[in-house]
Amino acid sequence: MADRIVDVLWVVAFALLTVFSVPWFLWGDGTVVAGLPAWLWWHIGWMVVATALFWQFTKRAWDRGMGVTNG
Amino acid sequence: MAELAIQLGVVLAYLLVALIIGVIAYRVTTNAAEDYYLADRSIGTIVLLFTTFATLLSAFTFFGGPNIAYAQGPEWILVMGVMDGVLFAILWYLIGYKQWLIGQKHGYVTLGEMLGDRFGSETLRGLVALISLFWLFPYVMLQQMGAGEALTGLSNGVIPYWAGAALITLFMILYVVIAGMRGVAWTDTIQGLFMLSVTWIAVVWVLVAVGGIGVINSGLSSSNPEFLALGSDFYTPAYIISTAVVIAFGVTMFPQINQRFFVAKSDRVLKRSFTLWPVLVLLLFVPTFLLGTWAAGLDITVPEGANVLPVLLNEYTPVWFAALVIAGAMAAMMSSSDSMLLSGSSYFMRDLYKPFVTPDVSESREATLARIGVAVFATLAFFASLTRPGTLIEVGNTAFGGFAQLTLPVMIALYWGGVTRDGMFAGLVGGQLLYLSHVFVPTVTVDVAGMTLPLFARAYAGWDVALPAMVVGAVLVVTVSYATAPAPTEEHDRFVVSAD
Repeated sequence: MADRIVDVLWVVAFALLTVFSVPWFLWGDGTVVAGLPAWLWWHIGWMVVATALFWQFTKRAWDRGMGVTNG
Repeated sequence: MAELAIQLGVVLAYLLVALIIGVIAYRVTTNAAEDYYLADRSIGTIVLLFTTFATLLSAFTFFGGPNIAYAQGPEWILVMGVMDGVLFAILWYLIGYKQWLIGQKHGYVTLGEMLGDRFGSETLRGLVALISLFWLFPYVMLQQMGAGEALTGLSNGVIPYWAGAALITLFMILYVVIAGMRGVAWTDTIQGLFMLSVTWIAVVWVLVAVGGIGVINSGLSSSNPEFLALGSDFYTPAYIISTAVVIAFGVTMFPQINQRFFVAKSDRVLKRSFTLWPVLVLLLFVPTFLLGTWAAGLDITVPEGANVLPVLLNEYTPVWFAALVIAGAMAAMMSSSDSMLLSGSSYFMRDLYKPFVTPDVSESREATLARIGVAVFATLAFFASLTRPGTLIEVGNTAFGGFAQLTLPVMIALYWGGVTRDGMFAGLVGGQLLYLSHVFVPTVTVDVAGMTLPLFARAYAGWDVALPAMVVGAVLVVTVSYATAPAPTEEHDRFVVSAD
């Protein structure tokens, strides 16, 4: 049961990661921060978040997601 | 004239060095077919990461991307982020890891082999290989077009387009015929690291030469004030979403990417590559696409039929450095084209030639035939590239869209045991026919109930037609599978991996 809730959370996390890869709330915004558009900074931060999330996924749910017990 | 000599000298010397490294790599390998295609199934983390990364090091990245950023603004960085950084990584797990598990159990080397065995159909196996080879063709053309346009830009029009395209074709063939996969995997890694470094050096160099990013931004605010704001008439949400989804799904069915799913030594290799992926995407695409955008703010004029990147570098960096970046890009393109051609030849030999022409071909004859096949394929693509059917991004998108039609049927088959052979054929053929008709039939308009509607358009209301075609393919797989019974030769437990 607990595993099932965790699985759902992973799906939600991946969905949010995908949807907000584009900062829709900055649509039409041209604010420049330190020489680059604010939305580009979002992208840079988001890719780092993605790597952190993927790393956690490989540690916690990678094999369970496929229903295997692999090394 | 002296400039031209330096440019040509640097480009030729670089390509030759890459070729020599490939030959040295070949010396330490044997000639057996398995080794030639898959480097002995012993690819480690860094090498797998970079050989996969190297497939990003294409004309699309170095030349198509900066060109579109120069013309339309830098939002393609976001398209790449959604597509490659996130969606492709998730598919890497859902398709790649699953294929790896299945491949470990049954020893598959190609996608067609895996599907053909599961559905008990050599025809299906051949069809998947044929579809893959068909869409690989425009992607090889893309590299030749990119090289042609790059040398034209670098030499300010002195080197004609065809000469650049011919040069890279020649090196592609030499490289793959002499070196094989071990060479490719090695040099992919070296070239990936080299290109990452010189791209960032180029960014710093341009920034210093122009006097800082403030100068560029004030140039942009007068030349293209809309560039820095997110979104435009070109970059609509529909465009960003459909392009990112289609390409991400398409990439997983690229022969050279899909075969990598079978070759990883252990699942640790797959995990690490998956984790590092978004950071690599960030490190590569932000600088290349920014350079293209900055060229617009720096009032760079690009000659007709040339790429913006070499023109920008010529303006702000020394001749030798600009030539070195272009040479590095071409060598990386050559190297990744070779991965494509090798995987393509593996598809051709294993899934078409052996099942349908001569089953018991000797190993050395197989290697020879594979090399001849590569040479013929690359030469035909070269002639097609001379017609220049569209921009680099357009040709690339068309190829990705074709591969994307394979993805959903394969995914459904990987996860749902209820797929039947008929369902698989319906989904694959249906999706392909729908997409092909939109690529090749000219757009016509029809009047329905007082409204004028386009038919056979590449995009409907801003959405790439490849996306609805994918949905149609998926629906066909599911509905036809429900309506038909499995064929007697199907082995529907082939894709079950949880039993162990």
